[in-house]
Amino acid sequence: MSKTTAPGLPDVLARHEQELLDDWLHEQLAAATLRPELMSEEELRQQSREFLSLLRQATADVIPGDIRDPRGEAVREMLRELTRNRVARGFTVSEIAAFVFSLKQPLFRRLAEEFSGDPKVLVELIWETNVYLDRLGLYTTEVYHKSREQVIARQQAELMELSTPVVQLWEGVLAIPLIGTLDSARTQVVMESLLQRMVDTGATIAIIDITGVPTVDTNVAKHLIKTVTAARLMGADCFISGIRPAIAQTIVHLGVNLSEIVTKATLADALALALRKAGFRITRTEKP
Amino acid sequence: MSVARSDRVAVRSGEDLLHLRQMVRQWAVDIGFGLLDQTRIVTAASELGRNMVDFAGGGVVRLEELADLGRRGLRLTFEDHGPGIPDVELALRDGYSTGSGLGLGLGGARRLMNEFSIASKVGSGTTVAITRWR
Amino acid sequence: MMREPAAERIPILKMGDVLLVTIQVEMHDQLALTLQNDLIEAIIREHARGVLIDISALEVVDSFIGRVIRDTAAMSKLLGALTVVVGIRPAVAITLVDLGLSLGDVPTAMTVEKGMELLRFARAAAPQPAGGEGEHERGSQ
Repeated sequence: MSKTTAPGLPDVLARHEQELLDDWLHEQLAAATLRPELMSEEELRQQSREFLSLLRQATADVIPGDIRDPRGEAVREMLRELTRNRVARGFTVSEIAAFVFSLKQPLFRRLAEEFSGDPKVLVELIWETNVYLDRLGLYTTEVYHKSREQVIARQQAELMELSTPVVQLWEGVLAIPLIGTLDSARTQVVMESLLQRMVDTGATIAIIDITGVPTVDTNVAKHLIKTVTAARLMGADCFISGIRPAIAQTIVHLGVNLSEIVTKATLADALALALRKAGFRITRTEKP
Repeated sequence: MSVARSDRVAVRSGEDLLHLRQMVRQWAVDIGFGLLDQTRIVTAASELGRNMVDFAGGGVVRLEELADLGRRGLRLTFEDHGPGIPDVELALRDGYSTGSGLGLGLGGARRLMNEFSIASKVGSGTTVAITRWR
Repeated sequence: MMREPAAERIPILKMGDVLLVTIQVEMHDQLALTLQNDLIEAIIREHARGVLIDISALEVVDSFIGRVIRDTAAMSKLLGALTVVVGIRPAVAITLVDLGLSLGDVPTAMTVEKGMELLRFARAAAPQPAGGEGEHERGSQ
């Protein structure tokens, strides 16, 4: 972590606040990344003023060498809110980061004027300020991506729910062939809709087929058990079919107890059992 | 993380409990929780609200809509000035009952929500905060 | 014979020797306990052999209501009536599992029709005592 002499950046920020604000705004309004239809000039001015003030506080003693320095907590919090807000309005990641980066030119110009007689100090000051502003700018991209991830995760969950392939095998018997890697979130969504479909169709037996599932971890196993327990509470039942030897081994090694649950190796076996339980009997007729 | 809006409601009777459940349900719907999550939240609120009414002579519930990095949440804080819980760990374990009969309430509420915190002092009261995120 | 619903009472319907209770409102605790009382009295008075508790309208079942239902079923059984709970919604079922609340060995069904079927089936399988008294059941069902 490096330091500069105390009367440096914050001092300049304090003495030239208004001019800096004007210059910086001028930069932002002239930039290609401006989105006047998403944000008014007044709001931009407000955000810029706040940022400058918090930047001054954050650099009061030294320019933080590490972005996680607690002195910079307030300015990071402000950028977090700002990014979140702009994401919701539809700004891109570059447009948001540009907010921070566009401060450099006006700020460095001002610093150069102030320290023109002391090139060594000037170079060090500009360098550290540059590094810090870079970090703050990159921080906004992190926050941006985290926000977007959450939006996407939510959209995916909704999509999963819509595309759940529940099949009615027979009167009162549903099957749900699960395909691909199961994660905790997906399993929950799928199980929820399965139970609802059982109520909607009056099915008393659901067969959850995991032939197409490569691995099962403890969480997924627990969700499956939870689904069966819930189904029984409702007066129905679930069988699990398609348990491959590898999965059977994993389940035993995990110490998960599936002894209370009806499991079958194949969907066909499970269907035969389901039909029997539902009171059906299948007989082959003579060929005509 | 910030609080988008908040409200408080006193809960002292069975009637208040019903009203609390309706209010919590409405907030959950407004924040956009799905049906299953709504049920979990209202059930957890019912458990903690009932504890408050039965064992602490009532208390106050604060509802807060939370916002954090693009996701929304609902936080409920149950505050009473009742006798307090001498052994919180014990109370959290299910089936616990010393005649104060907290039973499944605390542990159950914790399992239904994403975040759970409790502070209790014998002779002063208890505060339980639960949060569920969308 | 139908019991007249008072201002704050959940009605109990008699269908043959089965009592049907349809819970349509979120009950506060007193109402639940009153229902329990009323049901016990009705079982004795009507010599009921079966009870159907329909909770398909309930969006929330917490540990108190769950216990009341479980206890009511246990009491009914002692009085010679088998209780079936019908209509537990998926969200309620999942929440009850999360809560860790068990309804004991109370049989459940998805609809009233299925519940009636269950009752018929169970009673056909169970030994019936001679005479009209419903209070002592030989063996367990």
